[in-house]
Amino acid sequence: MSQAATATISGPFAHNTNTVQRTMFTVVLALSPATLFNLYLFGWPSIFLFAVTIGACLATEAISLVLAGRPLWRTLTDGSAILTGWLLAMTLPPWAPWWIGVLGAVIAIPLAKQAFGGLGQNLFNPAMVARVALLVSFPVVMTAWIAPHPLFSDHSPGVQQSIAITFGGEMPDGVTAATALGYVKTELSRGVPVAESLTEYGRDTTLTYTPDLMDLATGYKPGSLGETSAVLILLGGLYLMRRRIITWHIPVTVLGTLFVMGTIFNLVDSSRFAPGLFHVFSGAAFLGAFFIATDYVTSPVSEKGQIIFGIGVGLLTWVIRTFAGYPEGMAFAVLLMNSVTPIIDQYTRPRLFGRTRKGEPLPIKVQP
Amino acid sequence: MKLFPIRGGIHPDYHKELSGECAIETLPLPAHLYLPVQQHIGAPAEILVSEGETVKKGQLIARRQGQISAPHHAPTSGTVIAVTEVPAPHPSGLSQLTIVLEPDGRDEWVTTLPEPIADPFAVPAEVLAERVADCGIVGMGGATFPSAVKLQLGIRHRIDTLLINGAECEPYLTCDDRLMREHADEIIDGARIMAYALGAGRIVVGIEENKPQAIAAITVAATAFPQIEIAALPVKYPMGSERHLTLAITGLETPARKLTADLGVVVHNVATARAIHQAVRFGRPLITRVVTVSGEGIRTPKNIEAPIGTQVNDLIAFCGGFAQRPERIIQGGPMMGTPLPNLDVPVVKGTSGILALTAAEINDRPSDPCIRCGSCVNICACGLTPVELAARIRHDDLEGAITLGLLDCVSCGSCSWVCPSHIPLVHYFNYAKGALAAQDREQRKLERTKTLVEANTARQERLAAQRAAARKPKAAPGGEVSA
Ligand code: SF4
Ligand code: SF4
Repeated sequence: MSQAATATISGPFAHNTNTVQRTMFTVVLALSPATLFNLYLFGWPSIFLFAVTIGACLATEAISLVLAGRPLWRTLTDGSAILTGWLLAMTLPPWAPWWIGVLGAVIAIPLAKQAFGGLGQNLFNPAMVARVALLVSFPVVMTAWIAPHPLFSDHSPGVQQSIAITFGGEMPDGVTAATALGYVKTELSRGVPVAESLTEYGRDTTLTYTPDLMDLATGYKPGSLGETSAVLILLGGLYLMRRRIITWHIPVTVLGTLFVMGTIFNLVDSSRFAPGLFHVFSGAAFLGAFFIATDYVTSPVSEKGQIIFGIGVGLLTWVIRTFAGYPEGMAFAVLLMNSVTPIIDQYTRPRLFGRTRKGEPLPIKVQP
Repeated sequence: MKLFPIRGGIHPDYHKELSGECAIETLPLPAHLYLPVQQHIGAPAEILVSEGETVKKGQLIARRQGQISAPHHAPTSGTVIAVTEVPAPHPSGLSQLTIVLEPDGRDEWVTTLPEPIADPFAVPAEVLAERVADCGIVGMGGATFPSAVKLQLGIRHRIDTLLINGAECEPYLTCDDRLMREHADEIIDGARIMAYALGAGRIVVGIEENKPQAIAAITVAATAFPQIEIAALPVKYPMGSERHLTLAITGLETPARKLTADLGVVVHNVATARAIHQAVRFGRPLITRVVTVSGEGIRTPKNIEAPIGTQVNDLIAFCGGFAQRPERIIQGGPMMGTPLPNLDVPVVKGTSGILALTAAEINDRPSDPCIRCGSCVNICACGLTPVELAARIRHDDLEGAITLGLLDCVSCGSCSWVCPSHIPLVHYFNYAKGALAAQDREQRKLERTKTLVEANTARQERLAAQRAAARKPKAAPGGEVSA
């Protein structure tokens, strides 16, 4: 477009109050209750890791912008780097060492986002690219889940010890615990039927209790910050819907598909397949459905496309959880569906007014 | 009544409360009136008066040229003080041939007004169309298409439904709302005349639900006529778009590149209906219109019945001037209206509103990168994918833009309104449409040149052949001679 052509002004001379910045910070706000609860649940080490990850995302964003010669302040404050860091931190084991957060930021921001051309240009969800890269590279650190150690409780590590955990990499003994998904998977590989391992989960780990569905939902269980409290994540998700930041299309289809697949296969063979509700309430299902799969940039733009995308994410998550080597498949599923988003977009364009799907003018119909 | 859903749409801040309760006031005669020869779609009118001539109110001062055109009449009595180029009410600020009239204050009607038609339902439709044409009536919702041409659609199409558009879905504008509240009988009468001229058996007046008094007034006015229905439309922009209104009320989707008339539906605005009533019943030409003057920049927003040709300046002065510095002065509504280059331009037949909008109301900011939020896709009432369309246009791929629906876009502005990144999507589309039109003209010129060149070459060849033929007989004998 030439400069001269853009000189005259077109309307509209009204605009809604929404901005990119406001959108991003509304998402952050929606994530806050779950985040705060989980920071409480896992104590100082998780708070440190959280701060390091977000700080590193902002720093790497700033460096990339300077190197690329793009405007610094405006982009840095658009909230997107903070949100990426926030989401990444929520998928890390809460007591992981500091360099996991930093490395994750380096993968997420300069590589997965800025190298593609910055905000809006990346094909893959930056936080998920970082998480998967870390998981593949550092499988042990990335699966060192710990049992809840609520702040101010007896067995919560103090600030000093926490600094040693996060920055010195000194993981105390006997704190790790398998996530429910992980436990069921390992037990299954040893030949223990799902139903049995489900009831055994907790007794067999360092947990002093057996989490029931209620615990899975409220989040008093091992996992990443985002994996634990389904209820608080759901609240945040509903808030986003209310504020019209997201629509129901992706979350409902992701969770619905997961539930339906789980239920059907569980009915067929309950010794090999975990029930639907278990799938929905464990792992990062809620976080993924409401906050990760709904990422604007990497999901389809039309509502129909979003439905297809959501079903895809739900299906792949279930497949990976059930058949692949990893207990949790949400991140992989989202990335796989990200890769087909351009194709989904192309085939789910709305029908033009007055035209058929093929683009031909509609035939003339008159009133009866 | 059963309504049909339309896709997408937005709910902007309406700001109708600024002027909605203000009864229509008549503007005192301004010092000068500026009447451009072209206030409508089609050929400009041909000026009949010259400098220094005195005219009476309602006198024909410019006559229509050709089928798609409209004449102009003197809005009051006075002297033509100039016939000159004056900046037109258009963002370009380009000048237009304009008759400048200085009112004499007597406001004397011309004695040669057309006769009132006492029983319009007893005269042939052509007589009514003729009258509407003579009175210079054009679409007053802003489209400014000569109404008489639309009234004659009944000749070539079978029209069964006349829709009267009282949706007034643009924010701020309340002139149609006030007209319906205050002059419902005249609107209904005009509608009945139009329906008769079109041969349409059914009349539906579509009014958005946020105008309950207008709905009530029109309902009362229409009680005596069973063929008139009132549709209380959901409040949604762009409900007032002709094609969307037709879809919402009749369930019929106008095919691309066709007219609603092809489906047997004709849509007219409420103000046009009233103007037609006045033209037919009283022989009164279109010389005034109701304009909403509003926006936070205006001290006292009003609905004003102003003579055509009143300068925007005079309207704003009548509203107490500016309350705060406006960022822009808009003609029409904020969604589809155009910015005015200055305040000296006149109100024309299509001017529904003059808005003085503050920076806060416009809420413009520099654009951010597209975050692919999909809002623009999901709100577009025409089913376009604005985000993709803009990308194609940015890469100068106009062909691609057309396949994605560039020419099906009604420029309603919803996508730009909703975009959180403040990307001027409509601006891209208007640019592309302009570029296409230019390409088209260029193409036609090329073709014309090509034909000319071809004709020329053909002539040259013919001449050359003739010359050669002429030379040959001469050369041949010469040859013989030399042999
Ligand atoms: S301006 Fe065009 S593309 Fe944008 S919403 Fe309106 S019709 Fe759709
Ligand atoms: S509304 Fe704006 S940011 Fe959202 S997809 Fe459309 S162009 Fe992109």
